[in-house]
Amino acid sequence: MSEPFRTDVIVVGGGIMGAAAAFFLRRRGKSVALIERALIGQQASGTNFGNVRRQGRFLPQLPLANRSRDIWGRLNELIGEDAEFLASGHLRVTYDDEMTARIETYARDALPYGLDLQIIGGNRLRERFPFLGPEVRAGSYAPHDGHANPRLAAPAFGRAARREGASVFERTEIVAVERDAGMFRVEAADGRVFRAEQLMIAAGAWGNRLSEQFGEPVPLVTHGPQMAVTEPIPYALEPVLGVSTTKLEETVYFRQVKRGNIVIGGAARGPASADTQRASVKPENTLLQFTQITRVVPALARLNIIRVWSGVESYLPDDIPIMGPSAKVPDLYYAFGFCGHGFQLGPGVGDVMAELISTGQTTTPIEPFSIARFASAPA
Amino acid sequence: MAEPRVIIVGAGPAGVRAAETLVAAGLRPTVVDEGRRDGGQIYRRQPEGFARSSAELYGTEAARAEALHATFDDLRPKIDYRPGHLAWNVADGHLHVVHDGSAEALPFDAMIVAAGATDRLMPVKGWQHAGVYSLGAAQIALKSQGCAIGRRVVFLGTGPLMQLVAAQYRKAGAQVVALLDTSRLWHQIRALPKLVSRPDVLAKGVGLAASHLLAGTMVRRGVTPVEIFGDADGGVSGVGVRLVSGRDLRLACDAVALGYHLRPETQLADLAGCDFTFDAATRQFWPVIDEDGRSSVPGIYLAGDGVRIQGADGAEIAGQLAALAVLADRGRSAPTEQISRLRQQRRAMERFRAGISEAFPWPHHLAAGLAEETVVCRCEGITAGELRAVVHDKGADEMNRAKALSRVGMGRCQGRYCGHAAAEVVAAATQLSPAVVGRLRGQAPVKPLAIRTRRAAP
Repeated sequence: MSEPFRTDVIVVGGGIMGAAAAFFLRRRGKSVALIERALIGQQASGTNFGNVRRQGRFLPQLPLANRSRDIWGRLNELIGEDAEFLASGHLRVTYDDEMTARIETYARDALPYGLDLQIIGGNRLRERFPFLGPEVRAGSYAPHDGHANPRLAAPAFGRAARREGASVFERTEIVAVERDAGMFRVEAADGRVFRAEQLMIAAGAWGNRLSEQFGEPVPLVTHGPQMAVTEPIPYALEPVLGVSTTKLEETVYFRQVKRGNIVIGGAARGPASADTQRASVKPENTLLQFTQITRVVPALARLNIIRVWSGVESYLPDDIPIMGPSAKVPDLYYAFGFCGHGFQLGPGVGDVMAELISTGQTTTPIEPFSIARFASAPA
Repeated sequence: MAEPRVIIVGAGPAGVRAAETLVAAGLRPTVVDEGRRDGGQIYRRQPEGFARSSAELYGTEAARAEALHATFDDLRPKIDYRPGHLAWNVADGHLHVVHDGSAEALPFDAMIVAAGATDRLMPVKGWQHAGVYSLGAAQIALKSQGCAIGRRVVFLGTGPLMQLVAAQYRKAGAQVVALLDTSRLWHQIRALPKLVSRPDVLAKGVGLAASHLLAGTMVRRGVTPVEIFGDADGGVSGVGVRLVSGRDLRLACDAVALGYHLRPETQLADLAGCDFTFDAATRQFWPVIDEDGRSSVPGIYLAGDGVRIQGADGAEIAGQLAALAVLADRGRSAPTEQISRLRQQRRAMERFRAGISEAFPWPHHLAAGLAEETVVCRCEGITAGELRAVVHDKGADEMNRAKALSRVGMGRCQGRYCGHAAAEVVAAATQLSPAVVGRLRGQAPVKPLAIRTRRAAP
């Protein structure tokens, strides 16, 4: 049997979290093995909507989202490509006074975190965004939010990590993870063994299978985003659009990419299986999206969709992720279960986790995301 | 026991014969047809108001076409016929169809997919110019509307359809500039032992080939396509190929009909979760079926050119076999003699199919030689160079990865027309077999779906 592959840090899971963490760990001088079962960025990281949105987030998450937004704006200088990031602006619209009051409150509350949201209503909204439908009452406009291409972002971080000297192992399935004699030992299905002082679990919907091996199970469930894309048309919808509502079927969002296609998501969640690693789009959800997106922009009714897709996302009961050090095992770290809103956070999570792993602390508050919050949950 | 709900997708030779078999057993199947009238592509019925004769439309196959149309006309009151219905998705025992902006989910106990075939295409530099049509499209223009794709047409590619459509064009009065065939005569001679399994069809094929020579049409074999000349304003102006001798041939024309035999339309089988397997002889993935057309998914049956390119006569047999398989699997008595006779006929069809694919081979070797600037994916405008770049620079050694990083196969056709060629480009660039490079995963909708689509009122 060959010698174990030895690094300072092992990152398990090659989604955008793990790939970005591997990149930033190299920037901090740590040797890294990034281990991915399939290919970098294939599941939730590669199949999500592509929102680079801060507004509407859980307020204590905004410092992390801000740190990530800063990295999105510097992707070219950091990793040599921009993953089609576009600071196009982001507009959340409302259909009634109650939700309009809520977005006004949110805009006030988010101001201390540096979000300069503009609440726009009535004629001014229609002058500025003439494509909006008659049901739309008001909107919250975030000028510095935008979108990027999920198919490109995580693989780009993976390649950048490799260029920086990380050892990236794709198509490498993990069968055992353990800690002995102060070292982590990770064994692959083909018998290869990896050893390191520090371990980061960034395995998305499969994160719980690893955390429970260290006595920290979490109530993780899987869902699939319901995505669709239109044929390309001339670029006209600048901001990412979304609906602020308490009704699930109204929560659609869509964005137009520069080359013309409009990417659509929301209104429902679909089935996803961690076991089969497959997720699907229910046909009725596609039809539901048609009804809902044309309420926001009626002219979309003239287009066709050409493809739908999904992926395996993981959710926690409180709708916020697990991120930070293990509450039980020294030198063990987690970043998974991003509840369908991890893409924007990805680069920031990678940066913060690298800081945490290499210095033992982070300047960005992440306490609300500790795995300890599930420690008292019944087994 | 309640009658099983059976859906047949397609009203070509396989679909019509399947429906006939089910009706004879006392069932009332639903026939979902994307076309406005039955007949499929091969026996396409002309629109209302056109009055060409069967002989004019279907040539030597007029009697078979008339028989199929007559059968279908008799079936009409005994089936639930849904013309103009696109089957856009299949999930959880329902076929999702759309008709004129109205969507319905049709439940089924068994579904026979007889979705037919489209052209198998290998890119050539310039094939994105206006005036380049697939052979199938060139034939539809003629059969449906009585139109030719141009006045001076070059036929480029290979396969029996090229021989046939060129003859139909000449008869219709178009100038057939040339047949530029990538296959060699020895391919056809070598395939003779298999082709003699259907001597009548072989004779028709030889007759077709001879008719081009008798008419004085230029026929060149073993050509290497180089470029379709033209520009964005004027469209096609000519075709350039390299001849066996090594000499370059350039011909002026205003339209090109392009195609390399056919490929099955397998998206519904894919969406239904059927297993696929790689066929090394034709270098493509196709659904796994048993000798009657059962797929790997219980309740899903595949028939006709939509699963194996056995042609119209083979499709009539496959449609009957699939319907008899449905009946047998639903506990109806099976006419064993009829089934064994049909299976025997089908074996001859299968042997002939294999012969045709040897006689007119898919020119996969051309993929490696495509100039960097050759557009591979016309929907998205992705060139061979861009596709090779994601292989070499970004490590994409698998088709879905190559798609994710390059956009190949991401456009309106969802890789139906470029998928096979793109796989060959990736295979050549990685020096892997296309069996390893894999295939583009199917995603709904089967064809573009209008956002104005709403659920039909119950």
